[in-house]
Amino acid sequence: MTKLAQWLCGLALLGSAWAALALSPPGLRLPAPYRQALLPLPVYLLVAFGCYSLATVGYRLATFNDCEEAAAELQEHISAAREDLRRRGLRF
Amino acid sequence: SGNNFEIIIIDDGSPDGTQEIAEQLEKIYGSDKIVTREIISVLFSSGTAYIHGMKHATGNFIVIMDADLSHHVSLYFIKQKEGNFDIVSGTRYKGNGGVYGWDLKRKLISRGANFITQVLLRPGASDLTGSFRLYRKEVLQKLMEKCVSKGYVFQMEMIVRARQLGYTIGEVPISFVDRVYGESKLGGNEIVSFLKGLLTLFATT
Repeated sequence: MTKLAQWLCGLALLGSAWAALALSPPGLRLPAPYRQALLPLPVYLLVAFGCYSLATVGYRLATFNDCEEAAAELQEHISAAREDLRRRGLRF
Repeated sequence: SGNNFEIIIIDDGSPDGTQEIAEQLEKIYGSDKIVTREIISVLFSSGTAYIHGMKHATGNFIVIMDADLSHHVSLYFIKQKEGNFDIVSGTRYKGNGGVYGWDLKRKLISRGANFITQVLLRPGASDLTGSFRLYRKEVLQKLMEKCVSKGYVFQMEMIVRARQLGYTIGEVPISFVDRVYGESKLGGNEIVSFLKGLLTLFATT
């Protein structure tokens, strides 16, 4: 099953569960307070996910390493390699 | 480092002087150590280069890297032996991996794109667009058959398909010091094509 198919199945499942309980066709009536709480649930979940995303990306952005020593080391390696190759006859 | 190795340089016909340098290297180190081949193609796709490269490779493991990065290859072999992994992938996002010379905007785009990728594809690897990887030869061959994308989306597809086929993936932190010689571009076009590739993978894998 592709990822898209997984998502559609998951959404269909949750969506129908929510519709059944919150929009309440007469057969499945829940007490009114429960229905009122369930109704905006999808929007709440979306907002919660949005906040989680922002926080996660923000945290990862802040902890993104900068490799100063690696860059310096690379330059050294390049110079050493150029010297070595020049001695062996490479013409740049 | 005690490993037997050979280096295969694939020149895609780009006019940056790679070929002359490669041929000189072959003369210096011998053709059993350095193998150069030329492919002339109008469109450069990394996939094509890999196919040609594999035809000339004689080892059991294949390391694929961009020629303008620097990494410690032996680290990859150590990691591979640790867990007998089928693939060892370099990651900029974990351990002491990282980047050099990136401004905030580029880091943000990178982290944001990676986040979306993780949510949509749940790939089991932290860095999908890394260009430094070690593959078992049979694994690489199998994956090459199955992957259809081009460019760096191809890199992502390799990892996603590998996980689907049940291959084990190990990770090694890398320091991404890119484009030592030259400018890296990350404009609107790149972002759009990345999203298109991502959605294609989302819908087809």
